[in-house]
Amino acid sequence: MVQPNKRIRVLVAKPGLDGHDRGAKVIARALRDAGMEVIYTGLRQTPEMIAAAALQEDVDAVGVSILSGAHNTLCPRIVSLLREQGMTDTLVVLGGIVPQEDIPKLKEQGVAEIFLPGTSTQDIAEFIRKNVKPRD
Amino acid sequence: MQELNEASSEQIQRDRWEEEKLRPALNRQPERKSSFQTVSLDQINRLYDRTDVADVDFSNDLSFPGEFPYTRGIHATGYRGKLWTMRQFAGFGTPEETNARFKYLLKEGQTGLSVAYDLPALMGYDADSPLSEGEVGKCGVAVSSLADMEALFDGIPLENVTVSQTINAPASVFLAMYLVVAEKQGADWSRISGTLQNDILKEYIAQKEWIYPIRSAMKLVIDTLEFCTQHVPKYNPISVSGYHIREAGATALQELAFTLRDGIEYVEWGVRAGLDIEQFVPRISFFFNAHNDFFEEVAKYRAARRIWARVMRDRFGAANERTMQLRFHTQTAGVSLTVQQPLNNIVRVAIQALAGVMGGTQSLHTDAYDEALALPTDKAALIALRTQQIIAEETGVANTADPLGGSYFVEALTNKMEKGALDYFDRIDAMGGMVDAVEKGFPQREIQDSAYQYQKALERGDQTIVGVNKYAMQDEPQQVPTLVIDESVRSQQVERLERTRATRDKGAVERTLDAVKRAAERGENTMPATIEAVREYATLGEICSALRDVYGIYEEPAI
Repeated sequence: MVQPNKRIRVLVAKPGLDGHDRGAKVIARALRDAGMEVIYTGLRQTPEMIAAAALQEDVDAVGVSILSGAHNTLCPRIVSLLREQGMTDTLVVLGGIVPQEDIPKLKEQGVAEIFLPGTSTQDIAEFIRKNVKPRD
Repeated sequence: MQELNEASSEQIQRDRWEEEKLRPALNRQPERKSSFQTVSLDQINRLYDRTDVADVDFSNDLSFPGEFPYTRGIHATGYRGKLWTMRQFAGFGTPEETNARFKYLLKEGQTGLSVAYDLPALMGYDADSPLSEGEVGKCGVAVSSLADMEALFDGIPLENVTVSQTINAPASVFLAMYLVVAEKQGADWSRISGTLQNDILKEYIAQKEWIYPIRSAMKLVIDTLEFCTQHVPKYNPISVSGYHIREAGATALQELAFTLRDGIEYVEWGVRAGLDIEQFVPRISFFFNAHNDFFEEVAKYRAARRIWARVMRDRFGAANERTMQLRFHTQTAGVSLTVQQPLNNIVRVAIQALAGVMGGTQSLHTDAYDEALALPTDKAALIALRTQQIIAEETGVANTADPLGGSYFVEALTNKMEKGALDYFDRIDAMGGMVDAVEKGFPQREIQDSAYQYQKALERGDQTIVGVNKYAMQDEPQQVPTLVIDESVRSQQVERLERTRATRDKGAVERTLDAVKRAAERGENTMPATIEAVREYATLGEICSALRDVYGIYEEPAI
């Protein structure tokens, strides 16, 4: 767990060409209400831009929102870019429309959890709180 | 005086009922909730009676179907003459795959086509752009040039089948491709019909598939409007869309208000461009969502017609009936579909579709039950179409015009919708119009707030979603197969694109792309030059890139 006096920093990221940002924005606001510091990337960020923002903002977690079916291409790349730049402990979670059969592979590739439509924002906040790694 | 007496006697009766019947009933059995709300979190009264519709004036507010203000529908005979058009939105993978789905749906009794394009197409990129990686053919069919469009409509006669195209930022290019394909089939432009979504305002407000800065994008919309008015008179060049506004989290009222105000904005821009409202407004159609709250939706459609008729007459001085009649397409609410227990979605879709029909829609798309999981399979798409056929031919709701007209509840809600929308119009007018309001982030913020309020209501349990926050199951009993889009779609599309680029007349492509740029720079209508470029197989990406060079790109302000 992160030290209780330090607020968890989360980057909410929207990669790909899709503009459906209702989920990303609702999550960003809900995590803020849950006491986290949230940075939202805005639309159409490449995996490179997302990894750079994560480093620059020194976040504990990256929440990726994808509804377009491009998760198998985009998520592994975001994870590996984060790892390459030394962010080995940064928690990566994914929310969106993701077929069941893609989930095991995504987890293998380093996505900690996949939240499907209907997940409560409280459950997502709780998961992030429990799973971010302690830092100095 | 007599009316006053009647009204007060109604109130006396009502008071008596509350005393004699209501109070004892509440004492015996308190109500289930302290307040009852629609899915838009709007408060609903225990009972509606004549006192709630006391201000409804029969001839001014209702009249008859086919008569101003068209509250009861635009056709005198409702659906007794002609049913609504069953128009299922479809598109995935390669143009050949979508062409096969179109032919399947037509064979099963669908009466119009509606194309879903993939994200690269919506954003004006070719399949081989690095930005298209992972997205080709995923959310719709992949189209990068006229060659793809020819494959998409192969064997589908565009002079006889009406096609709706969901495309916005690069809509002028798709209109050009459509017209060239039609021409190659031997169709006469003056006879073809169909619809281009081409509603760029709602992109900045909700759907967010934009390319150019907003005022340049509006100019492109007006180019298509002008071109169609002159050369393709039966074509509907703009479908003003509330659907996406609602999906992004708006309430029913916000959907209604922002959509109609968008419509007003297009009419104002058209008038400023020197077009005659009686000529171009009849070709502007609308597109609304059908969400879960049945009566709220019906009231929304009825109010939409009444507001539009009054706005066209009073604000723009329209005299022709067609100019005042609001025609609309309806799609059931994708956002309401659940991953959990997905077959339940069939029921949701049926009820939503029923609202669209009871609201007098001209055409309807019913979502497939598997759409919270992926794009629909053949089987799921077929059930969605059959749902409409059952409503049309088994339930009897199409037997009479405006079956809910005169219901105290529906009329009271219709009035409330109209008043609420007019309040929003006043606020937006005070900002200088919709383009200014969007630049200020006003509708975006309103929608974002509503989306968040709804999510909170859901998590408090004030709103119920069966199978999600109530009646949820640990082990899902229903596994449904989903459509998988093969990653090879991209390589197939890139191959065709390479063939196209290799075999076309390179000089002609350069020359026509230059002409597109010049037209844009000079503020001329870009449509004739775009058509020439498309004819020479200039790609979507190339044409959009030429326009980007002139117009620049849109950057979303932080909201």
